Amino acid sequence: MTPGGWQVIPSVLKPGRYFMQGDEACAEGAIAAGCNFFAGYPITPATEIMEQMARRLPKLPGRVFIQMEDEIASIAALIGASWSGAKAMTATSGPGLSLMLENLGYAIMTETPLVVVDIQRAGPSTGQATRPAQGDVMQARWGAGGDYELIVLAPWSVSEMYYETVRAFNLAERFRVPVIVLGDEGIGHLREQVEVCAETKVYNRVKAPGAAPFGGCEVPPMPSFGEGEKLLVTGSTHDAWGYRRTSDREVQAALIERLVRKISAYRGEITRTEALLTDEEELDILFIAFGFTARSAYRAARELRREGLRAGLLRLVTLWPFAEEAVRELAPRARRVLVPEMNRGQVLREVQRLVPEARGYHRTDGEVITPGELIAFIKG
Amino acid sequence: MKPGTNASIKRMIRPETFPTPFCPGCGHGILMGAILRAIDELGWDMREMLFVSGIGCGGWIPSPHYAADTLHVTHGRPIAFATGAKLFNPRLKVVVIGGDGDMASIGGNHLIHGARRNLDMTVICANNSIYGMTGGQVTPTTPQGRRTVTTPEGNPERPFDLSQLLVAAGASYVARYSVYHVRQLIGAIKAALQHPGFSFVEALTSCPVQYGRRNELSTPTAMLEYFRDTCVTIARARTMTREQLRDKIIIGEFIS
Repeated sequence: MTPGGWQVIPSVLKPGRYFMQGDEACAEGAIAAGCNFFAGYPITPATEIMEQMARRLPKLPGRVFIQMEDEIASIAALIGASWSGAKAMTATSGPGLSLMLENLGYAIMTETPLVVVDIQRAGPSTGQATRPAQGDVMQARWGAGGDYELIVLAPWSVSEMYYETVRAFNLAERFRVPVIVLGDEGIGHLREQVEVCAETKVYNRVKAPGAAPFGGCEVPPMPSFGEGEKLLVTGSTHDAWGYRRTSDREVQAALIERLVRKISAYRGEITRTEALLTDEEELDILFIAFGFTARSAYRAARELRREGLRAGLLRLVTLWPFAEEAVRELAPRARRVLVPEMNRGQVLREVQRLVPEARGYHRTDGEVITPGELIAFIKG
Repeated sequence: MKPGTNASIKRMIRPETFPTPFCPGCGHGILMGAILRAIDELGWDMREMLFVSGIGCGGWIPSPHYAADTLHVTHGRPIAFATGAKLFNPRLKVVVIGGDGDMASIGGNHLIHGARRNLDMTVICANNSIYGMTGGQVTPTTPQGRRTVTTPEGNPERPFDLSQLLVAAGASYVARYSVYHVRQLIGAIKAALQHPGFSFVEALTSCPVQYGRRNELSTPTAMLEYFRDTCVTIARARTMTREQLRDKIIIGEFIS
C-alpha cells in the first residue's frame, strides 16, 4: 500500500528535453503521476493518448491498459479500477465526453478520483473531427446534471499537457473528485519541447482503516475493495457509511453541501492563473484566455506593446473553479477586457458576471484564432 | 454450522438492512438467498468478494444487504464497472447482479462485450421480464403478447433468449434456472462462481406485483407454478417437437 499524502517519486521518463506531441505529453505526464489504469475508446483528436498508453502501460509493472466497447464503459471501468486502488485516466473528445457525463456524475457523487482528458474538436455532434475548438467549457462544467463542483484544467502548451496532467492526478487524489484536462486539437496535435524533471511530486489518496468513507470530514479517507471494509458505494444519496438515504432531505442537503464545499473552499489551492505583461498599474488592453487561444493572445499582446499599447494577458490555467479573484483583481486595471475563445462566449459570460463591460472575440469555423486577427480587432 | 443453511448465511448479510425493499411474493428474496447459499457451500470468504449491481430491483439484491464490498452503479453499466475493478485487482472474486432491464436493455452492449472478453467474473441476471421498480414496463425479455403498462394491448416484439445470446457472445459458462428450481439454481451459481472466465446465470424470478397481475399470474404461487409448468430441461427438450416447445422455457447448463 502506498502511503497517503504528498510524495516525491522518480519520473518514469529519463530527465531531459523531449520533442513531443501534446497528446503524447499528456500520456507521459499521466505515467509520471502514477497512472496505472487506462481505459478508452478511439476518437479523433484524442486517440494518440490511448495509443501511447497502449504501448507504454503494459510494459510497466502493475499498470493496466484496456480498450473498452464505448466511452460509457471506459469511464465505468475507471471508476471500478479507482475503487480497486488505481490511479485511472481516459481520453476523449466532445462527443465521447457527452457519453461519459452520467458516469462522471456518478464519480462526483461517490467521490471517486479519476482523470478525463477532453481534446476538444469542432462541434456540436460529430462536427469537424480534426479541427480545433473550445466548445466544451460548459459541457465539462455542467454536463453531468445536478449541483456539484469539479476541477477542469486547460493547458496551453505541450509542456503543460505533461505537467497539468500530473497536477490533474494530484488534485483528483487530494480532493476525491474527477478532474478534466480540457485540451484542444491545436495543443493535442502540436509538437514542441518538453523538459522532463528527474522527480515528480505526487499525491496519493489517504487511507484510514475503519473510518467512514463518505463523511466525517471534508475529504474522507478512501479505502479500496478487498481490504475488508465491506464498502457500500452507491451513486444514490448516501450517509457517511454509504447506506442509501434516498428520501432524507437532511442527508441530501448535507452531502451536496460537502461535495461543493470541499472544492470551492480550496479555490486558492486549485485555481491557477498566470498574469503575463501586466506589471503596469494601468493597462490599455487585457486579454483573458485559455488553451491554444492564450498563445495567440500572448503573441498579440507582445506585438501591441511594440506599438505602444500596454497590453497584457490573464491566462486561465484552471478553468473550473473559475478564477474569480484573479479576474476581479486585474480587470479593473484595464481600459478594455477582451476574451478570445474558439466558441460563442462560454468563458466570456463568466467574465461578464464579474466585469460586465468585457467583450468577446469568437471563432467557431474550425480554425484557431490568430494573433493577427486579434491585433486587427483591437485596432479596428 | 452446516454451510448453506439460514443460520450459516446470516453472518453474510447486514441485518440492519432488513426487511428488504422487495414486494411480497417477489422472487428476488429466493435468489438473494440462493447466491449466499452457493458462496457459503463453497466456503468462500465474503471479504474477498465484490458485488457490482446496477439500477432496478435486481440491483438491490446485493446492495446494501450483502456484508461484503458492494458497488451500486448507474443503470446498465455494472459489467463495465466490474471490468475495471477486476482488471486492477485480479484477486477480487467479482459477482455482477442485475435485472433483465439493466443488463439486456440499457446494458446490452456491456453484456455481450463482457462475454466476448471472457474476464473471470460471474454475472447473475435476475430476469423477471419486467421493469419492476419503475412500475411494470416492457423489457427485452418480456414474452411476445404479454401485457405491461407500456404494452397494454400485449407486447408486439419478440424477446431475447438471454442464455442463447450469451452462448453466442462467447460466455464460457451459461445456465438458466428459475427460483422455483432453487436447488438447481444454487448448483448453477456454484458452478458459475468456480468457473474461470465469464460465467452467466439467468435466474428467472417472479414479479407478481408488476408482471403477474397483468398476466393472470397475480399470486406468488401462481408465478412459481408457472415456472414449474413452463420450464423443461435441456434433456427433455431434445425429445420434444418445435410445436411442443412453443411457450416453454428450456432450463439447464447450456455451456460449461
